Amino acid sequence: MRRVYLDHSATTAVRPEVLEAMLPFLKEEAFGNPSSIYSYGREARKAVTEAREKVAKLIGAKPEEIYYTSGGTEADNLALMGVAAAYQERGRHIITSAIEHHAVLDTAQYLGRHGFKVTFVPVTPAGLVQVEDVKRAITDETILISIMHVNNEVGTIQPIREIGQLARERGIIFHTDAVQSVGKLPINVEELNVDLLTASSHKIYGPKGSGCLYVRKGIRIKPLFYGGAQERKRRPGTENVPAIVGFGRAAELAGQEMDSEMERLRRLRDKLIDGVLSRVEDVRLNGDRQQRVATNVNFGFSYIEGESLLLSLDMKGICASSGSACTSGSLDPSHVLLAMGIPHEEAHGSVRMTLGRDNTEADIDYVLEVLPEIVERLRAMSPLNKDNEGEAK
Amino acid sequence: MSKMNNMYSEKVMEHFTCPHNVGEIKEADGIGEVGSPVCGDITRVYIQVEDNIIKDIKFKTFGCSAAIASSSMLTEMAKGKTLEEALKITDADVAAALDGLPPQKMHCSNLAASALHKAIEDYQNKNNIAS
Repeated sequence: MRRVYLDHSATTAVRPEVLEAMLPFLKEEAFGNPSSIYSYGREARKAVTEAREKVAKLIGAKPEEIYYTSGGTEADNLALMGVAAAYQERGRHIITSAIEHHAVLDTAQYLGRHGFKVTFVPVTPAGLVQVEDVKRAITDETILISIMHVNNEVGTIQPIREIGQLARERGIIFHTDAVQSVGKLPINVEELNVDLLTASSHKIYGPKGSGCLYVRKGIRIKPLFYGGAQERKRRPGTENVPAIVGFGRAAELAGQEMDSEMERLRRLRDKLIDGVLSRVEDVRLNGDRQQRVATNVNFGFSYIEGESLLLSLDMKGICASSGSACTSGSLDPSHVLLAMGIPHEEAHGSVRMTLGRDNTEADIDYVLEVLPEIVERLRAMSPLNKDNEGEAK
Repeated sequence: MSKMNNMYSEKVMEHFTCPHNVGEIKEADGIGEVGSPVCGDITRVYIQVEDNIIKDIKFKTFGCSAAIASSSMLTEMAKGKTLEEALKITDADVAAALDGLPPQKMHCSNLAASALHKAIEDYQNKNNIAS
């Protein structure tokens, strides 16, 4: 059966070029510990340094401002916990948004239970944070603002530059979780007024278990771990050299191909959006259509539930994800969709499809052929179908 | 691709893929509905009763694959049963007949038997039968 992978915001396959770059560092030829003084160690250190330059280049940072981590979650934790611990004498108020990834949201909530005050700014029905809301939330106690660059569920691009400008004027540290934008949007930490930025390798065709936190020179941060001098003591532990090398190569390729690849994916995305909106009734595009990353589509199908839709798509070889409670392991549907004011029943019927480099126009044609039939089949079973509404209550 | 789904039993997948007794009964003798759109699962069961026996039964479900499969299984189990027998079918019986459901699905997605009990109650109320 045809297989169409439409979950690139969840993870991506390691590119052959990336794998090739990594392999020597897993094998006898270059397995060394970068802290060792002999040739094996020096070779590994050189590779880690070169990768750092590549990652830094992709976001307009200096190499010495990049701190490797085990991925996006650790980088988000390091940013929030690290700044909270380092600056708590100055103030104990943190601002973030209601639609952050759980790596930020849950960390902020943890800090909220441990002596910090946290404000979660709302979003518009289109899934956008408003600069005015952030501005209003600022107090004399505010030490950190953390707002994601691109939302992972609905793909909305947040006004990072403006929020960064605001933070800078008020002397507040500004962090952005850019896991879903690195490699997809041009990023320059100077232009965006960002002090801390989270990036992840496996969203850009690098290996899992690899990411980084950019920390602007001069910003203090307390480490999460203690143990060694790696990453200038901010992230002790022997470097995951193969994963770091892979991250570096992936970042390099993403930078080289971004313009053309994002243009290609934007066209596919628009074809998918327009195709579904014209073929299926009672469907909405969740998230702003203009302020949207080129790779994200998120539909809300009325009258049906996301998990049964995903499973039906899976049986046709289409891999997607949902904001349905049934797929999250919790009883509540996506906090992002709820924060946008989408009713529970609509949030349960949401499906996210995220495009990537393996997708072709034929993939989109296939989805447009299969999806309407599935939706129709499930709606025929649903007591919420509009023809049936109000029958037995 | 493998037909195996490591979350659901083969029976669940069978009933999800080809559910039995989907639809409505026009002028049903009893209708019962359980669940809410807020929690993401609603099951509505329609019954036609003749001589105290469930002659026909149909369902409509908004919910995940487990909710759809358990509705389908329930209708199979209840068809032809007396009302007394049908009232003894529990949600747990339906789950067992499906070779089990994942623990997180037991509560929210396994509502069909409860919907049937409500349909029977509806029938009894309409016909002034004391249960």
